[in-house]
Amino acid sequence: MSEADTAWIETALTSARPQAVGALLRYFRDLDTAEEAFQNACLRALKTWPQNGPPRDPAAWLIMVGRNVAIDEVRRARKQQPLPEDDQAISDLGDAEGALAERLDGSHYRDDILRLMFICCHPQLPATQQIALALRIVCGLTVKQIARAFLVSDAAMEQRITRAKAKVAEAGTPFETPGAVERSERLAGVAAMIYLIFNEGYSASGDTAEIRKPLCEEAIRLARLLLRLFPSEPEIMGLTALILLQHARSAARFAADGSLILLDDQDRSLWNGTMIAEGLALIDKAMRHRRSGPYQIQAAIAALHARASTPEETDWTQIDLLYGALEVVQPSPVVTLNRAVAVSKVRGPQAALELIEPLAPKLANYFHFYGVRGAFLMQLGRNDEARIAFDRAIALANTSAEAAHIRMHLDRLIRDSQPKPKESAKAK
Amino acid sequence: MLYAILCYHDEDFVGSWSKEQDEAVMKKLAVVQEKLTSQGRLGPVARLLPTTAAATLRKEDPPLVLDGPYAETKEQLLGFYIVDCKNLDEALDVARDLGAANPGGAYEVRPVGVFRPGGKLT
Repeated sequence: MSEADTAWIETALTSARPQAVGALLRYFRDLDTAEEAFQNACLRALKTWPQNGPPRDPAAWLIMVGRNVAIDEVRRARKQQPLPEDDQAISDLGDAEGALAERLDGSHYRDDILRLMFICCHPQLPATQQIALALRIVCGLTVKQIARAFLVSDAAMEQRITRAKAKVAEAGTPFETPGAVERSERLAGVAAMIYLIFNEGYSASGDTAEIRKPLCEEAIRLARLLLRLFPSEPEIMGLTALILLQHARSAARFAADGSLILLDDQDRSLWNGTMIAEGLALIDKAMRHRRSGPYQIQAAIAALHARASTPEETDWTQIDLLYGALEVVQPSPVVTLNRAVAVSKVRGPQAALELIEPLAPKLANYFHFYGVRGAFLMQLGRNDEARIAFDRAIALANTSAEAAHIRMHLDRLIRDSQPKPKESAKAK
Repeated sequence: MLYAILCYHDEDFVGSWSKEQDEAVMKKLAVVQEKLTSQGRLGPVARLLPTTAAATLRKEDPPLVLDGPYAETKEQLLGFYIVDCKNLDEALDVARDLGAANPGGAYEVRPVGVFRPGGKLT
């Protein structure tokens, strides 16, 4: 069997995974059993699909086979019965699969997947464990892949996931179909988890961005899945649009040496046009509902950046207004800080500086605060104060790319404060 | 005789392709398309954005806009238009006008991801 022959199976297994594991979880009510049952079903698939071709509904096939295998194992453990012949359990699969597929209608799938995602974002788990668990259970990434993406050792990640599973089992999880209120609460939790997974990948620095890109891709896949389950939720449209519009820039965000390239300096021809088109279409669709929320507003801001073919064409007035709206629905000093950048473009650095000064106590340990503050001070020609702000930013930088970026500003300041030749002084 | 060739596939499946897998498929398709183009036999080629980007106008009275591709499965795709519109509202307006001229059924409005006008057809 060549690699090309099995590639389609891998793809089919990946895309059927959330549905199949979700249904197996409903059946066995235990994460480990459900996961193991799915793994066993995948092994069978790798054995039989190449000969028999793909089943009509891969998810239904995997659910049925996974259930059969797990039940056999329980029986074997209980009565020490001999194992059934290898393919006996799935001998009449052709008919049964069709019947099962009929029964597993869209709404059934929907609750299974949602329940699965909801368990992973259990409120008692810290965010890092929620993400790790979701990547393991929903997306099926291996512990090794997840550890690599989070830049921790395999053993540490294994421990994190085991601990998360234990906590979920301990806390007990309701398995009944969620009601309308609960569903919308869960939906918000799941959306937040997808956003976290995306950010985990997106906030990587240059040298790790390539490694962590799969996190962004998984988040997009999950967001699209969620949107197909809830096609009329404008915030899910907004979330999907937001991460598509952000990820569209990934090829332009880092220089060859790994340093961060700011939006203004990015080569816009490297942006992914199809992803931008999809993001714009989704935000366009969301707006028609007239029920705005934080994801939609953020997506609308990202859309304005994406629409500008040059930095100069960016509609900063509109962005300022949108950040104002975001401050209302989701007030946070970080939102105000971001708004200040728009304000500096519309009303100048002095107005922007006045806007952020009151944030200082709350953002005393935030890298971006000092970076932005330094930039405004520099624009106002208050170079000594700017230098202090940049020094502070470097001390707080999370990644080498962030530090390198601020150092570039500092170098410029030092260069500018050298005694200048007469012509350039005159030109000023 | 002109033939429309409409592409159907499981969106979950295609959506789970990696960028590399997707590009490989597009490259293989391009080879076929280029051959047809050089023979002057290829018209417009469009790849639609995912169904999540779709809206549907049911041609009821008054027309009803739904999120998603909700044309009922018993209805078959009988043809399609490609229209340049500023936004979804404008596209839905066009669909409404068409619906007034040809009531019954539904128009699914799907943004186009890739559009290649192709060769000249006579």
